[in-house]
Amino acid sequence: MLTAKKDLTKQPAQAQVETERTRTAKVYVPRVDIYETKDSIVLVANMPGVDEKSVDITLEKDVLTISGSVEPLNFNGYSVAYAEYDTGDYQRAFTISNEVDRNRIEAKVKNGVLRVILHKAEQVKARKIAIKAE
Amino acid sequence: MFGPGIWRLGRIVDPMTEVQRLQREMNRLFSGATEIYTHDFPAVNVWRGENGAIVTAELPGIDAEKLDISVVGDSLTLSGNREFENLKEGESYHRQERAYGRFARTLQLPFRVDAAKVEAKYEKGVLQITLPRVEAEKPKKISIKVE
Repeated sequence: MLTAKKDLTKQPAQAQVETERTRTAKVYVPRVDIYETKDSIVLVANMPGVDEKSVDITLEKDVLTISGSVEPLNFNGYSVAYAEYDTGDYQRAFTISNEVDRNRIEAKVKNGVLRVILHKAEQVKARKIAIKAE
Repeated sequence: MFGPGIWRLGRIVDPMTEVQRLQREMNRLFSGATEIYTHDFPAVNVWRGENGAIVTAELPGIDAEKLDISVVGDSLTLSGNREFENLKEGESYHRQERAYGRFARTLQLPFRVDAAKVEAKYEKGVLQITLPRVEAEKPKKISIKVE
């Protein structure tokens, strides 16, 4: 008897809940670099137009969300003649593992670049294992 | 190839620029890693007013001291470098999406700029350059007398 064919390939993760924003402003996904050092994971995001007051970082369960709001520029007596880019808010979320110490997350913003330092929890820091020669 | 002359855009669509734009869009769709390099960098917005123009560009994380802005006649040139972050030994990237390297871009404006009065400011990763028009070439208002 034939059994129902099962899909054995891995399925990519889907966003858990699609949410909609109340504001109509455009939302952009910031470009991000993430690198790992000996005792931390560093996330660097390009968010031009954002300062320390307009950026928000939240950690809920395993999801680290970074968001920033940008006030659109306006110049008195001037009107847009040519535009190549648009301004809008930023939002992006990452799933983080247990190796991050949730109580020690640092963040700073400089020149429109957000830098989040996720310190690794003590117990997961790599230990060097000495190998003895016999 | 051609500098984007701002007077050309907005009013009449330049077929050549349109073709190039389309080509860029296609490149962007089909290439993953090189997408950012196929665009003119930095992207600029231009505002126009009676006294001149304001150019803004998004340049996050740049050392303002090393940014080069020059104005000659009616053209504005921006050049600089997005410095690569040098990782120490034992550090590694999980992902790298931000672009690095040198860039330069020249824009042609529809009027001559008074180079001495150009002001630039860099705030929150956004560059803003005010380009005033040469005083003598500003449009004169002609009043109409009613007899």
